[in-house]
Amino acid sequence: MVKQGVVPEDLNRPFFEAANEGRLVIQNCSACDRLHFPPRAACDRCGSGDNMEWKQMSGRGKIYNYGVVYDCPVASLKEDLPFNLAAIMLDEDPGILMYSHLPGVPADEVPVGGAVQVIFEATANGQKVPEWQVVT
Amino acid sequence: MTTQMAPESMYRSTEGLGVWEHRGKVASVGIGHSPTARRWDGRAETSVGALSIQALRTAIADAGVSPDQVDGLVLVPVTTTGAHWPEDQPVPMDVVNAFNPTDDPLDGVGQLSAEWIIKNMPELTNVKFTMYAPGCMSAAIVVAAQAVGDGLASNCLVLKGWHNLEGRYNHGGISASDEVPGSFAISPGRTLWGAPGCFGTALQFAQYCTKYGKNHDMMAPFMQNSRRNGLLFPEGYWAQHRPEQLTPEDYLSSRWIAKPANLFDNDIPIMVAAAYLFTTADRAQDMAQKPVYILNHASSRGVARSITPTLEEVEAETAATGRKIYEGAGITADDLSFENMYDGFAQFHQFHIEGLRYRGMQPGDALDFYQTDISIEGPNPILSSGGNIGSGRSRFWMHTDCMQQIQGRAGARSLTGVKPEIAVSGGPMPMGGNFTVWSATPD
Repeated sequence: MVKQGVVPEDLNRPFFEAANEGRLVIQNCSACDRLHFPPRAACDRCGSGDNMEWKQMSGRGKIYNYGVVYDCPVASLKEDLPFNLAAIMLDEDPGILMYSHLPGVPADEVPVGGAVQVIFEATANGQKVPEWQVVT
Repeated sequence: MTTQMAPESMYRSTEGLGVWEHRGKVASVGIGHSPTARRWDGRAETSVGALSIQALRTAIADAGVSPDQVDGLVLVPVTTTGAHWPEDQPVPMDVVNAFNPTDDPLDGVGQLSAEWIIKNMPELTNVKFTMYAPGCMSAAIVVAAQAVGDGLASNCLVLKGWHNLEGRYNHGGISASDEVPGSFAISPGRTLWGAPGCFGTALQFAQYCTKYGKNHDMMAPFMQNSRRNGLLFPEGYWAQHRPEQLTPEDYLSSRWIAKPANLFDNDIPIMVAAAYLFTTADRAQDMAQKPVYILNHASSRGVARSITPTLEEVEAETAATGRKIYEGAGITADDLSFENMYDGFAQFHQFHIEGLRYRGMQPGDALDFYQTDISIEGPNPILSSGGNIGSGRSRFWMHTDCMQQIQGRAGARSLTGVKPEIAVSGGPMPMGGNFTVWSATPD
């Protein structure tokens, strides 16, 4: 599955630059030690906007749950229907979720709760994004 | 007259506010609905503006007031079911000029302003208060109730209109582009991963099934009941255009959109408008219809921690909403005769009613409850309006049904297993919505 190309913006550029380097980084408020994803201008807990830093993650997580997409609004993904769409909980903080197509896992054969490891996948314009593979 | 969006201070969105200061002092006395249609056919008389005028005039007449007695108007300016007027297509000026236009030609076609309504309802000669509410009738009701209680208006119209244009929304624009901004790629909602609109709810429902050992098949009695109730709602889309019962087999054999959500788990977008007339409890005594008193309004403003709300976040928010609803109304769950919580994705109705602890339900109980008698003839009616699944996407059938049931004019849909005295309606989303408690008496 080739996803639409991504054009990073100021707020999320460190996330995408790290992805191109094969690293998963997540915004963290150093004032109250709280992770944030998607990136935000200020901490949703302490309100600080001056202490948002990027913190490298282990790249390990677990599958929260999933759906199987049969009707997708994104034109470039339609030829791949149906496909898995899972929410991944980061090991560092299960409150942080990231989406995944779970490459290599047949549709609707997703091991809920199973361990996953991040990989980085090139989108249509070459920008890499995190994806997740089931750890066997 | 400049119309402002209602300030957040008009909503009761936190716990601990106590009983609503206007409890039982505001009443609904008039209901007006337009006909429904699947899509706009391009004619002036079927535009969202025309439908809205029709609904407003019907509500005024239903209440038995003269138009010059109306002094307030609360409406939702956004009327789209998802599709906006295409930028590359001219707005049909024959339609625009069939009315008294404002400076914006989309007014009455793809949106509604208070100015447009006033210009096209010259009989409304004394409107002094206008205000906008976001999104849904549920929000407009809250704003109007608070406005009447606060004395900003005495006889206040409440309006929500919907337009539904050709095409599949969210399939054009950024979904069809080769590149997307980073903020879209990893934003809550649609994202680079191609989540359809119902995906977030489907994911919560999947987790619900995992957590409580339930499955999608258990939704079938609820879906059947909703369509049945909807077909008894003569104002609704299915009753007017496709009077077909939905069998469990029909439901379970429908195509998936985002498994475990299928086609029928999504409501059908339509053209329609509805209006109500709110007044003070004192004035209501002299009007044509039995007053339906408002005991409270409450709002939820949940924010997901990450890219999509989890089941756990939803359950916490709906439980808090239930507490706010009861606290402000001065009632308990045992006082509810029936419920009309939102269902525009069928799979979050159970989150709403579990949050209410309706009929003693706890999280994880609703799908088992659906296997019991949930009909309008039974002691535990579920969604007596049939909701958006039963009548199409308007997000206001639930409110109309609460009023009609309490007024004793719900016709073939009338509850017979319970005496309709106190009900709650509202929505849309479990993480963010507005809810109203309706009562046959002011105390």
